[in-house]
Amino acid sequence: MGTAVSFQNVRKTFGALCAIDDISLEIEEGEFFGLLGPNGAGKTTLISCLAGLARADSGDISVMGFDVVRDYRETRRRLGVVPQELVFDPFFTVRETLRIQSGYFGVRKNDAWINELLENLDLSQKADVNLRSLSGGMKRRVLIAQALVHKPQVIVLDEPTAGVDVELRQILWQFIRRLNREGHTVILTTHYLEEAESLCERIAMLNHGRIVALDTTRNLLSENANRMLSMRLKNGNLLPETLRGRAVLDKGAWVFRLNTLEDIEPLLAAVRESAQVFEELQLVQTDLEDVFVRVMHANEGSGEGNPKRGLE
Amino acid sequence: MSGFRALLHKEILRFWKVGFQTVAAPVLTSLLYLLIFSSVLDTQTRINGVRYMSFMIPGLIMMSVLQNAFANSSSSLIQSKVTGSVIFVLLPPIGYVEFFTAYMTAAALRGVMVGIGVFIVTCGFSPLEFAAPAWILVFFVVGGALMGAFGIVAGIWADKFDQLAGFQNFLVMPLTMLSGVFYSIHSLPLFWQKVSHFNPVFYMIDGFRYGFFGVSDAAPELSLAVGLASLFVVASIALLMLRSGYKLRV
Ligand SMILES: Nc1ncnc2c1ncn2[C@@H]1O[C@H](COP(=O)(O)OP(=O)(O)O)[C@@H](O)[C@H]1O
Ligand SMILES: [Mg+2]
Repeated sequence: MGTAVSFQNVRKTFGALCAIDDISLEIEEGEFFGLLGPNGAGKTTLISCLAGLARADSGDISVMGFDVVRDYRETRRRLGVVPQELVFDPFFTVRETLRIQSGYFGVRKNDAWINELLENLDLSQKADVNLRSLSGGMKRRVLIAQALVHKPQVIVLDEPTAGVDVELRQILWQFIRRLNREGHTVILTTHYLEEAESLCERIAMLNHGRIVALDTTRNLLSENANRMLSMRLKNGNLLPETLRGRAVLDKGAWVFRLNTLEDIEPLLAAVRESAQVFEELQLVQTDLEDVFVRVMHANEGSGEGNPKRGLE
Repeated sequence: MSGFRALLHKEILRFWKVGFQTVAAPVLTSLLYLLIFSSVLDTQTRINGVRYMSFMIPGLIMMSVLQNAFANSSSSLIQSKVTGSVIFVLLPPIGYVEFFTAYMTAAALRGVMVGIGVFIVTCGFSPLEFAAPAWILVFFVVGGALMGAFGIVAGIWADKFDQLAGFQNFLVMPLTMLSGVFYSIHSLPLFWQKVSHFNPVFYMIDGFRYGFFGVSDAAPELSLAVGLASLFVVASIALLMLRSGYKLRV
């Protein structure tokens, strides 16, 4: 398996604003990759540079080994982008839209695949309806179908589920998972972190145009901050000196981050030895949202200590 | 090449689907011009030996070609820019030359279709000749292409509909109206005659009219040369804009 998409030292500024600040990133063929970050982090800009909608100020971007500026025909053929904005061409029906889009990519006689797309996205009923008269959710489905009409090797979805109903989310993920199993590389940005957690094998977190975390989802969850032990001590009881540096005080409870469950025993032993008494003891499972908040928080450089390093 | 074909097809489909507005309405407008002007002006007047109404018909046809070619490419681009649907043509592997050629060809085609429509509804009103039909065809094509290309420049440059409307009202309309559609420039004071000679649209209408009557203010060869030179300049600007991604790719 080779590299599907590669960003090397990519920078993009808008006037004084640095939207992408020296990003280097490689996404493997067949990967399901997540691009997370708060609003304004630079996710859409990064995708725009990849898709040729924007031109990076410096750095190299390639798709399947082709440079997005020099070999733009090769790269665009291999990319299918679902844009963040709900845009549509009001002149055409769903089927016309998909046929026209096929034509742009030089794919002719594409009706079998178009029908499959319509079926999989539950759009068959609307095939001959004008885009203007479709609901927002339906328009979103058409955008997804448009992005897939030329069977791109790399599928890029920029917040495809923002503001769409649960039904569509399920339909969409079922279909995208299938395409991923069949070998398509998927790059996803989303605000729904549980979506990213369940779908993405690897995740990059962006903030202010920089990558602030990049790892497999599993590692982000386990090594970084998978479990936390929260202990509240009886009034007046103090945490032993030896443990002080390893915990963060959160609303009166001491919170320890654990690498493995085996880390618990020494902690409990230390508390017992110092003859302190627990009032409450809780094992907290961290989800991606916690990781996200923590990473972003640490990246802002505020707060007492870097929680990521709590146990180091 | 496949991108060009698909884009051309889309652009034609776009105006054809609303053909009532894009083809029928301008034909009706030209018919009204003809009826009104010819009823208020003396129909016995002759210009360059041609009856006034006959003289006006080729002018109206060419004016329709020019205005509608411009309207087609410029409104298609501004509309897709404002709604954001322009990304559908920016994401595919379509080169800038293909892009330009497709928009220009569709625009010229719409212009020529309207022109033919105007010819059909007006030709019964006054006798026409076809002294040099090859020139008619040549100016159809060059005029449509020129204003189609100009519409691409305007459509890319404008950020809003009202900027484009300004382009249309303060540049395209005056240039086409003040180009000898309704009169021979020889009937103008000398100063305005001179000014008219700097208006490329004048040459398009004058050359086109030559195809019908075999008489014109300027030699048709000169008119063609001016048309081609203008097309070259405008097309170069459009191609440079498209190649750099000006206002389309940030
Ligand atoms: N065309 C543009 N002109 C000026 N600033 C822009 C433009 N596009 C994006 N930005 C700015 O770049 C930053 C990154 O935006 P964006 O990539 O859309 O973030 P995200 O998709 O992560 O929410 C933001 O501060 C945004 O305001
Ligand atoms: Mg975005």
